[in-house]
Amino acid sequence: MAEFKGVMVYGETTEGKLTALTTELLGCGRRLADELKEDLLCILVGEQLGEAPQSAIVYGADKVYTVEDPLLKEYQTDSYVTVMEKAIKDISPQILLLGQTAIGRDLAPRLAFRLGVSPSMDCLELNIDPDTKLLQGTRPVYGGNARAIFVSESLPQMATVRQKAMSPLEPDESRKGEIAPIKVELDPAKIKTKVIETVKEEVEGIKLEDAEAVVAGGRGIGGPEGFKELEELAKILKGAVGASRPPCDNSWVPDTLQIGLTGKIVTPELYIAVAISGSSQHLSGCSGSKNIIAINKDAEANIFKEARFGVVGDWKQALPAFAAKVKELLAG
Amino acid sequence: MPMNMIVCCKQVLDPEAPPASFKIDPASNTVLQPPGVPPVVSPFDEQAVEAALRIKDSQGGKITVLTLGNNLLRDVVKKPLSMGADELVLLEDEVFEGGDSWSTAYALAMAIKKIGEFDLIFCGRQAADWDAGQVGSGIAEILGIPSITVAKKVEAIDGKVRVERVIADGYQVVEVTLPALITVTNELGEARYATLKGIMAAAKKQPTIWKPVDIGVEPSQIGAAGRRSKLLKLFQPVREGKCEIIEADTPAEAGANLAVKLRDAKLI
Repeated sequence: MAEFKGVMVYGETTEGKLTALTTELLGCGRRLADELKEDLLCILVGEQLGEAPQSAIVYGADKVYTVEDPLLKEYQTDSYVTVMEKAIKDISPQILLLGQTAIGRDLAPRLAFRLGVSPSMDCLELNIDPDTKLLQGTRPVYGGNARAIFVSESLPQMATVRQKAMSPLEPDESRKGEIAPIKVELDPAKIKTKVIETVKEEVEGIKLEDAEAVVAGGRGIGGPEGFKELEELAKILKGAVGASRPPCDNSWVPDTLQIGLTGKIVTPELYIAVAISGSSQHLSGCSGSKNIIAINKDAEANIFKEARFGVVGDWKQALPAFAAKVKELLAG
Repeated sequence: MPMNMIVCCKQVLDPEAPPASFKIDPASNTVLQPPGVPPVVSPFDEQAVEAALRIKDSQGGKITVLTLGNNLLRDVVKKPLSMGADELVLLEDEVFEGGDSWSTAYALAMAIKKIGEFDLIFCGRQAADWDAGQVGSGIAEILGIPSITVAKKVEAIDGKVRVERVIADGYQVVEVTLPALITVTNELGEARYATLKGIMAAAKKQPTIWKPVDIGVEPSQIGAAGRRSKLLKLFQPVREGKCEIIEADTPAEAGANLAVKLRDAKLI
């Protein structure tokens, strides 16, 4: 059996560019590879990868494997698992990192079961044990109420990593690295799933994940009308509107606005939580925010434990006055 | 076409229990059952039952629920029956305890092989306790069938299944041939309530109980013995809890004062 060597990052691209999370994975992977004194490898899979392979080197990779095929235009479990199984068996890295994304959370478990290994999903921290040299993954469990540190001796050691949990390296255009195309034969007959269409539900304005100010509403907002007031405030702050789970599950707002364990992870400068009680599963998605502000009528609400400033009172009275004063201050 | 469906459901600590009641025993790295808060069927799994019931409503079929554990509370694990599922199979034995995604998926897959005929398997996107989201994909891989994860809508059309799979900026419509495994996300919508008739019918139904030997697995392959990952430490993150509450006579005044406070702190 081949020796397991190197730290590999499974990279994702959009329109020929690495995703932000991929640069974060490369930053984390570089640190792990340096600690193990091994190479940082990256694998990119798609129809056309454009400048992304070179970019992976700029962000820290020593060697980038590319797999390009028209059958890989869109992510499909069967085709991508086949490609990754072949690549991992040929290259045999000792660590494989993926992003906790729509792709990563589907690909990692299925690939792991095919390879006979056990991944740690949704890690916030990754470290090498100085004695055993094994990868230790710290991940939220019990809806964010607790964290667990896992280790697995089966190789390759696999982990998926949460967005914004790691920092990318400063891009260095002078870095040198190798790009190695690999060919994987795909049998279309073995791809049992077919993507009929991809429906974008983007809301207008600033993307929630990129916004420096987020105004989020919870169950206490009571219906879709209340969210119009949150939108007004978000506009004044040049930010975006988000929500905890109940407003999404009740269709007051689109599912894509959901912040939390099963939604988006946001880390803005300012996070204004309006009528959000602060369940652990919601806090999983916003606790990385620099400043959390809470408006809630229940003084005992869990959100106040995370907040820097808070108002205890009915949001219907507090919010219009708050928004008006913010507008006045920003205008002046 | 009537569909033969299997839904995997897990009994978990109630994730809606107040966060203050959540306690860990650091010596054993386990979570303590909070007093007065009974366990529940993992909510994502309840929504998986709902997805199966919607298909049964539209074209008929049979739903078998599969639950793994030990000392399972009958009132809890029978809930899918009271919602409208037809049969309940319990993999119940102390050797099933303490498993990870590997040993759990393996035992469930072997039980599904024993059940034999099926068109669709449903699981929740992740269990509300360990939140790993691996067991569904693992079962599909062991059985060698296609899987679609994180589904918010599932419809059966002409012997195939059409699924809306949630992605970051929207959703993808994906079609898959049968048999297949689907994992269900909360965006599917709330699971239906049990009806009185359903509760009475469920009370009369006896679950089928299988031991490891019934599904042809060795104790070394399941539960704690079959793990491929090791839990080193379980802990609660420390929250600072230094919130400054803006005091005022009315909420409106507090709101205005909050804006000034944010300005002073250079946050706006």
